[in-house]
Amino acid sequence: MYAQMVKTARSGVKPRDEMTEQERAFQDRVDANEKIEPKDWMPDDYRRTLIRQIGQHAHSEVVGQLPEGNWITRAPTLERKAILLAKVQDEAGHGLYLYSAAETLGVSRDELIELLHQGKMKYSSIFNYPTLTWADVGAIGWLVDGAAIMNQVHLQRTSYGPYARAMVRICKEESFHQRQGYDIMMKMAFGTPEQKAMAQDALNRFWYPSLMMFGPPDQDSVHTAQSMAWKIKVATNDELRQKFVDQTVPQIEYLGLTCPDPDIRLNEETGHFDFTPPDWSEFFAVLKGNGPCNKDRMKARITAWEDGAWVREGMLAHARKKAAATAAAE
Amino acid sequence: MAVDRDTLFDWLLRLGDNTLVLSHRVSEWCGHAPVLEEDIALANTALDLIGQTQMWLNLAGEVEGKGRDADALAYLRDAWDFRNLLLVERPNGDFGHTMMRQFLFDAWQNVLLARLKESTDQRVADIAEKALKEAAYHLERSRGTVIALGDGTGESHARMQSALDALWDYVGEMFLDDDVDRAIADAGVGPLPSTLRGEWDGIVNAALNEATLARPDSDFAQTGGKTGRHTEDLGYILAEMQFLQRAYPGATW
Repeated sequence: MYAQMVKTARSGVKPRDEMTEQERAFQDRVDANEKIEPKDWMPDDYRRTLIRQIGQHAHSEVVGQLPEGNWITRAPTLERKAILLAKVQDEAGHGLYLYSAAETLGVSRDELIELLHQGKMKYSSIFNYPTLTWADVGAIGWLVDGAAIMNQVHLQRTSYGPYARAMVRICKEESFHQRQGYDIMMKMAFGTPEQKAMAQDALNRFWYPSLMMFGPPDQDSVHTAQSMAWKIKVATNDELRQKFVDQTVPQIEYLGLTCPDPDIRLNEETGHFDFTPPDWSEFFAVLKGNGPCNKDRMKARITAWEDGAWVREGMLAHARKKAAATAAAE
Repeated sequence: MAVDRDTLFDWLLRLGDNTLVLSHRVSEWCGHAPVLEEDIALANTALDLIGQTQMWLNLAGEVEGKGRDADALAYLRDAWDFRNLLLVERPNGDFGHTMMRQFLFDAWQNVLLARLKESTDQRVADIAEKALKEAAYHLERSRGTVIALGDGTGESHARMQSALDALWDYVGEMFLDDDVDRAIADAGVGPLPSTLRGEWDGIVNAALNEATLARPDSDFAQTGGKTGRHTEDLGYILAEMQFLQRAYPGATW
């Protein structure tokens, strides 16, 4: 889930009898599973919430290049390097589709980037954790992309057309990434004792941060109800987290690794795994900016943007000169 | 006249090491480019170059006949066994510097690969044919960027001129003939590097002209890469690139 803690622009679901006629007609379309398109009328709060959510998702893709990019120059084989490069390139591509989807709501890519750099918009907390060994590249593909897919599969049915369509394409690529990540984990878990130790260490460090990706528990998630009524959000945080745990525990067992949660066990009654929730105080600290890499990640992005200013200006100046020359020739 | 195995191996390493080291440099940009579109384009270039590396170095290993594949050659040789041009190991510098280095290389690689398509060694001709399609696109892009930024603003112009001036010392090595090149040319496997200069000059001069950049008035050339005498930079590239293979010998990844 690359968008977490997205503040819905209002709290609580607006009751039907308080809606204007236009709002009622809008809600009827959403309820009938019709897609809302850019030129359609939509409530201001719907638009604002979507901009926050899609923007946060786009930023996550872009910042998400950094932890994995950290290992590109140290990838252990040419094939692994090519796969990782292609993967990180896909993330940049996802960033592009998502910024484009956000632009259909009337906000430019540059404006969104500016808000990110000012700390006024967030990206997923997961990317504030460091990648310390090659196994982390596998763990990110397996767990982080796995968690992202859990959420994004639902978002293919989200009410806003451009967002839903971007998700269809993104989901295809993400499931490919997840398989590649698991493939790295298999090589490591079934490799030398040192490789297996690396794989276990990566799982230990990424397990709880992956669970945090779904956002705070439903009881503390005040924005869920209206977003669900608008079908911007299609499943709750806790539902998705449970689904992720149920899917992942057998995969851990297959790898011969140990889940870092000592209390994890299959509950015969519910058919689901019971698990220890992550330390939510850590989650909120990371969101506030106090994760291991928050400052480094933002510094890297801001530096790239500022150092690139002369390039963007130079390209623009050349394009203008060319356009002027073409106009003069006509 | 047939070329002996050691000479062919050495010459193939030159081709594969150029793309290997340049792909490494380009991939260092990942996540740090001036705009998202450039992040994607740079990754694309690096990816193509890795693919070409695999083809050249696998063929080199096959020719050598000692059971080494592209990975063994990339990850388990020390700097003195690398045969790449010094140009490709030069640090990235700013984005303009990276794109200028790319342009100078792309122009050369296009001229070279077009000639290698006619190689008497069918394996070489096949790789060249495949690689040329990618190289043509790389050149179109790096040429366009050099022109746009050379012509763009005062600042972008100054940065591109300074990149060109700094890299110019590394141009001459691309056109230097040595005994390996002469044996390869005699066998019809590849062209003499000096014969590529005219066409390269044509491509580069036209682009620099459009970019309003001044071609440096110097024919001094730093050399040594083709025979394994490198700049200080290559050691650091290899330390990073080879870390896992060196720290965990024999592991599969």
